[in-house]
Amino acid sequence: MNGSRTQILAKVRAALAVPNDPHVRHGDTAEAHMIRSGDRVAAMRQWLPLVGPSHEDRKAVFAECSAKLKTRFEVVDSPAAAHAIIAAIAKEEGWQSVAAHATGLVDAACAALGLPVVLASAGYDKDALAACAGGITGCLALVAQTGSVFVTPNSAGGRALSVIPPHHIVLATRAQLISDLPAAWEMLQAAGELPSFASLITGPSRTGDIERILVLGAHGPKKLTVILVED
Amino acid sequence: MSETKIIPLQQFKHDSAEVAADGDRREFLRTALGGYMNTRTATQHGYQDWEAARSGAAEIKWEAIDRLPELLEQFEANLIKNGTKVFWASDEEEARQYILGILREKNAKHVIKSKTMTSEEIHLNSLLEAEGFDVVESDLGEYIVQQNKEAPYHFVFPCMHLKRAEIKAIFEKIAACPSDDPEALTMFARQQLREKYLRADVGISGGNFGIAETGHIAITENEGNARLTCAMPKVHIAIMGIEKMLPRLSDLSLLQPMLGTAGAGQRITCYNSIYGGPKKPGETDGPEEMHVVLLDNGRTTLLADPEQRDALRCIRCGACLNVCPIFKNIGGHSYGTTYQGPIGAVITPHYKGLQEFKHLAYASSLCGACTETCPVKIDLHHHLLRIRRNSVSEHPPLMEKVAMKGFAFAFTRPWLYHLGTPLARLGHWLSKPIQGTKLDPGYLWRKTRTLPDMPKESFHEWFEKREQQKKAGK
Amino acid sequence: MPQVGVSVVEVFERLGHSVDYPRNQTCCGQPAFNGGFHPEAREVAATFLNAFRDSRDPVVVPSGSCAAMVKVFYPELFAGTAREAEAKALGARTWEFSTFIVEQLGVTDLGATFAKKVTFHDGCHGLRELGIQSAPRRLLEKVRGLQLAEMKECATCCGFGGSFAVKYAPISTAMAEVKCKSAYASGAEVIVSNDPSCLMQINGYAEKQGMPIQCLHLAEVLNSR
Repeated sequence: MNGSRTQILAKVRAALAVPNDPHVRHGDTAEAHMIRSGDRVAAMRQWLPLVGPSHEDRKAVFAECSAKLKTRFEVVDSPAAAHAIIAAIAKEEGWQSVAAHATGLVDAACAALGLPVVLASAGYDKDALAACAGGITGCLALVAQTGSVFVTPNSAGGRALSVIPPHHIVLATRAQLISDLPAAWEMLQAAGELPSFASLITGPSRTGDIERILVLGAHGPKKLTVILVED
Repeated sequence: MSETKIIPLQQFKHDSAEVAADGDRREFLRTALGGYMNTRTATQHGYQDWEAARSGAAEIKWEAIDRLPELLEQFEANLIKNGTKVFWASDEEEARQYILGILREKNAKHVIKSKTMTSEEIHLNSLLEAEGFDVVESDLGEYIVQQNKEAPYHFVFPCMHLKRAEIKAIFEKIAACPSDDPEALTMFARQQLREKYLRADVGISGGNFGIAETGHIAITENEGNARLTCAMPKVHIAIMGIEKMLPRLSDLSLLQPMLGTAGAGQRITCYNSIYGGPKKPGETDGPEEMHVVLLDNGRTTLLADPEQRDALRCIRCGACLNVCPIFKNIGGHSYGTTYQGPIGAVITPHYKGLQEFKHLAYASSLCGACTETCPVKIDLHHHLLRIRRNSVSEHPPLMEKVAMKGFAFAFTRPWLYHLGTPLARLGHWLSKPIQGTKLDPGYLWRKTRTLPDMPKESFHEWFEKREQQKKAGK
Repeated sequence: MPQVGVSVVEVFERLGHSVDYPRNQTCCGQPAFNGGFHPEAREVAATFLNAFRDSRDPVVVPSGSCAAMVKVFYPELFAGTAREAEAKALGARTWEFSTFIVEQLGVTDLGATFAKKVTFHDGCHGLRELGIQSAPRRLLEKVRGLQLAEMKECATCCGFGGSFAVKYAPISTAMAEVKCKSAYASGAEVIVSNDPSCLMQINGYAEKQGMPIQCLHLAEVLNSR
């Protein structure tokens, strides 16, 4: 059952049989040519916010974005230093349990924390997940250009883990800090079969719906902490 | 939804005049949008070249329209490959019945919705509520207007007309709400809605883009409500217009940040997610079933217009509303349409009837602020002129036709036109006693504004006299 | 407003140019065009083409809106008709007053003196159809004694919009209020613009409200000694 597929497609085709009006369709701009004939991704890179070529450049832009977004961004030189930051947060916020998924950096962090772990990757109980004050995940990448955390089901424990607990902590390795949005989508496509879900998380959940005043933690996490392990 | 027949023109005239006379409400809207303008300008400066980005984005969306048939087929094929069910709906009734059918088949009771204007367009909530389903909007603004039993005021900022105290009063009807602080009000909604997510059987979302190349839908949001809507329930239904196609996944690199920047002044919004099918083997969570409803509902009519199909490239950022001096002075509800502001004035006559909604095209000073700001360069204010032209050639209003015939008659005869100057002067002086009264043909102007007296000498007369003096002097 | 035309003539003559005013011109046809009555607009616009047919001189218009009609909308209005090329050619030699002086004559200092604090209103058609923003300001900056105080809403529409001002008078009036309040808040004594219709709207509202602010066309200020 696909409804009015045939009729709609026929109407679309009939409509487009009449060419675009030249007073409206301006296809002769330099940018239009770049999109049509050139390397469109290279063109986008000339227009989007600039990120320098080095790792230090990427770190600087990520940090600048994080400050604006109210993301806590920490660069540490060892997993142990990351564990110490997480332990301090858990203590300060009085975590009773932590949500996580089974993957290298995250496993070690949970072990170091010593709290009961709700493992999302094992098929979780919704209420148990909702009861966790914090969630720890990995990511596919950190995107410097926008200060985003790029997550997929395998890299960050599914769809819900990174959005349900009020404090989301992300652990990333040095190689995971990439330059820009085109690189993020390229990376996802290069990894083979696409997942059913991917998300660019940019700062803690937010809303401005009431009098256009910014409030964090609308539905998702109130706090986002990104720890880059430079090891 | 009331069954009383509303005449769109009368409703518009009445409601717009009411808001225009409410200085306090207008000031509130202006202040709210003032902050947007500041952050947006600053964010645009963060791009290497925002203007070039606009041209590039415009071209990508043009490509999507030019190649629409093949992109729709490719999108559908990839959705199906990813295990998604695709349904094509010609009109709102077909879409409503399909969705209702799924809810019944799944024996669903609780439905959670993330912001989707397409579902507003097909009046889905009223149907589902009438059928006894528990339907809750999860976007904060949408939740508030749903609780207040009204339509979204602005298709991106649904409750921007409500002040904190009014929102508190709305919440008090649900449960005790201790404060009218925006933070506290947001936390109230968060708590109310969290439980709804955990219980929902079906999640209904919209879609900002459909990626033909991969068969994913892309959703741009800030709150995380769409993330939850697409994560927790066993069934996910996405409704989107057929014009939402993008050729490639990489096109998101440009369009998602621009949507956030134009829409809310952000470099990119908080969550930009793609969804392509139900949970795959090996994935942790996600729905067991995903449906995509592709909606026509007038879009192919607009597509058939070789000038105004341009408007199908809209990415619904709402920027044209935010800069529109008409919107700022009459608010969103005055429009009486699902899509407000300049873009609404352009597309609604195509979707719901030219003669019934042409007044929206006339209720514009044609200032062009919308066109100047549109991130995909839709020729918005010129389309308003084209709507005026089309409505007149289809059905010219009698009085105006007489006036315009008279205008053309007098103004194509320079001698008659110049004879008119002293006559108009005479008329002006003779009409002095009635000026400003309802007998005055200029009443609507003079009620709020003065009109200058007719000059004793027109420029034409001055120039003519001077030329003659010059000749005589020689 | 004859004083606008008079000022334009005097400004050009002082610069050493002669000004002709074809007496058989009436209107550019914009009222009918904006009303959606294209055949009627075309008739009036054809009269405009006739009036300037025998000359190759630049046509200078002291209104961004009328200039935009000729430059931007005539090509669409005459598209596919016998006079399309003629309309495009006329558009190409038609100039809004301030851009003609600054960009074509290359002059910014007209030797004017006007010792008041003024604020400039950008008429929408001039600003957005023709991209006129700097020329009037560059001219005002050179006026002796003049202090330019930008208002916050300088690029916001005044609410005139032709028949819109009467058809939707309440909206139009609300827009005029925003404009006038913003102009007043700038501390200016005079609102200057390059569009007579905007000035009629702004002055009409300000005068009705008794706001102590004067409205003048740019040409009048540039013609002040």
